[in-house]
Amino acid sequence: MRRYHPERPALPPHRQKRRRPDPEARAAFLFLLPSVAGTALFVLLPFAETVRRSFFDAPGRRFVGLENYRSVLQNSAFQLAAKNTARFLCTCVPALLLISLLLALGVRAVARRRDGSSTRRGRVLRTSYLLPMAIPVASIVILWQALFAKNGLINGALTALGVPPVDFMGTGAAFWVLVATYVWKNAGYNMILWLAGLDGIPADLYEAAAVDGANAWQKFWHITLPNLLPTLALVGVLSLLNSFKAFREAFLVGGNYPHQSMYLLQHLFNNWFLTLDLPRLTAAAVLMALAVSGLILALQRLWNRGE
Amino acid sequence: MRPFWARPLLTAVLSLAALTVWWPLWFLVSGALMPADELAVTIGPALNDAAAQSARWQLLPSWPTLQPLAELLLDTPQFFAMFWNSCIQVFPQLLGQLCFGTPAAWALSRLRFRGRRALMALYILLMLLPFQVTMVPNYLVLHALGLLDSHWALILPGCFSTFSVFVMARGFDAIPRPMLEAAAIDGAGPVRTFWHIGLPLGVPGILSAMVLAFLEGWNAIEQPITFLKDPARWPLSLYLASAAGMDGRALAAAMAASLVMLTPAALIFRFGQPYLELGIQASGLKE
Repeated sequence: MRRYHPERPALPPHRQKRRRPDPEARAAFLFLLPSVAGTALFVLLPFAETVRRSFFDAPGRRFVGLENYRSVLQNSAFQLAAKNTARFLCTCVPALLLISLLLALGVRAVARRRDGSSTRRGRVLRTSYLLPMAIPVASIVILWQALFAKNGLINGALTALGVPPVDFMGTGAAFWVLVATYVWKNAGYNMILWLAGLDGIPADLYEAAAVDGANAWQKFWHITLPNLLPTLALVGVLSLLNSFKAFREAFLVGGNYPHQSMYLLQHLFNNWFLTLDLPRLTAAAVLMALAVSGLILALQRLWNRGE
Repeated sequence: MRPFWARPLLTAVLSLAALTVWWPLWFLVSGALMPADELAVTIGPALNDAAAQSARWQLLPSWPTLQPLAELLLDTPQFFAMFWNSCIQVFPQLLGQLCFGTPAAWALSRLRFRGRRALMALYILLMLLPFQVTMVPNYLVLHALGLLDSHWALILPGCFSTFSVFVMARGFDAIPRPMLEAAAIDGAGPVRTFWHIGLPLGVPGILSAMVLAFLEGWNAIEQPITFLKDPARWPLSLYLASAAGMDGRALAAAMAASLVMLTPAALIFRFGQPYLELGIQASGLKE
């Protein structure tokens, strides 16, 4: 069990009493220099420029205050895209968290013999759930087409059963296809994270609960779930990261203007980029960055509570 | 005590879930081995909204053939060029992440210095920002450096992926502290400790970051579309950009192409999976 509770990797710096330069801090500086320099050039500097431009007019010379922000917030395309993106995040992230946790609990129950050794079944299942990560986005698009097109396989099956066919890509169903793809693609990755979290819960907690006569449900509710909170924060952050990547599938299938239920912020940014609407684009980018930071701060509080 | 049927039932449910993975894989592989005219009859209707009947699926091709695959690999120079473009754009990124990312990850994970937590938080924020947020200024930076429309436009920013640093740092976090203390007692400096203890023991985290970075780069869509105007430099991920309106031949080619695209990812996955799992797990450890 020790293995899963490493002590703090590095302590916060002590108030230095000695005046001589700290060799560790100097090494850290050298270790970090290339990475920080590159990140500054390719990410940080561009981001600072984004913030600056969001307060200026299109040529980037005249300061216009919050004018761009007002224009973005009143834009109906932005409202639609922001609403869709929020709806997508609020649907797919909880769904993914729940499904991957269920998979992890299931695999854990099946993968262990009574004596604690692991079974082949468990390994095969884990590999299966991880595999979608390796399937290229472009292949997924072909699959989508074959399954969900007007004359696709699913509609074929529905017709054979006497159910009227569904126009998956041209109606609000497109949104759910995107959610399902996202869950399907990321469930395995999150499952492994949950499994690590589950392994980290000390076994004596369960033994003590068993002595007190707790049933399986009580053990799950009072021991497993509270101890998974820090894992939840991390899985949440990574799910958020991956949910922004679901745009690729939406883009490859629907192009720049997919069905309006799948019109995400990324589509909007792309279209504003193509029309060189820089003031709005940068203001919207800053708003999005603020929203993401807010989400991270919320998750980090959860994270720290578990420590 | 759980009832005796609980376990088989659970296994059955989990296997059904696994089927949602194996079926698409089988669909792609068998589709790549199917002759064009058969594909046109079975899957073809899905690509044509005006078709009279709907698509159907066949477990096995009636005449397995390697012809679409051979045509793609031997008679389509464009495909070959794009395959190489993908390789040229992805592998230097991995190398760059190895050179620049591992020391940074080690410092963030194991060295004490002022502002460590703040820097880590910054890296996490940057890794979460979608590409579109910094797209414009990124474009301007690459333009100023004269790198637009070259492979470097993808390689250089890719070398400094903050996500890789994050994954590797979490991997380094898992190294037991007593090992480092032993090294310190033996008089090893920070560089030697990193080289002789950090790197060898951090391999799961590093390889996992590499596998994830490969999958990411291999599937890049937004960056090449934005930074590369010249289709001659496009990577393979843009080859299949649109499947709608294809005829049987094009569909067979697309199936074969997606099989070829899947192969390196699947191979890397096949041999990298234990590390990937270890790495993902390491990233799940408490700080």
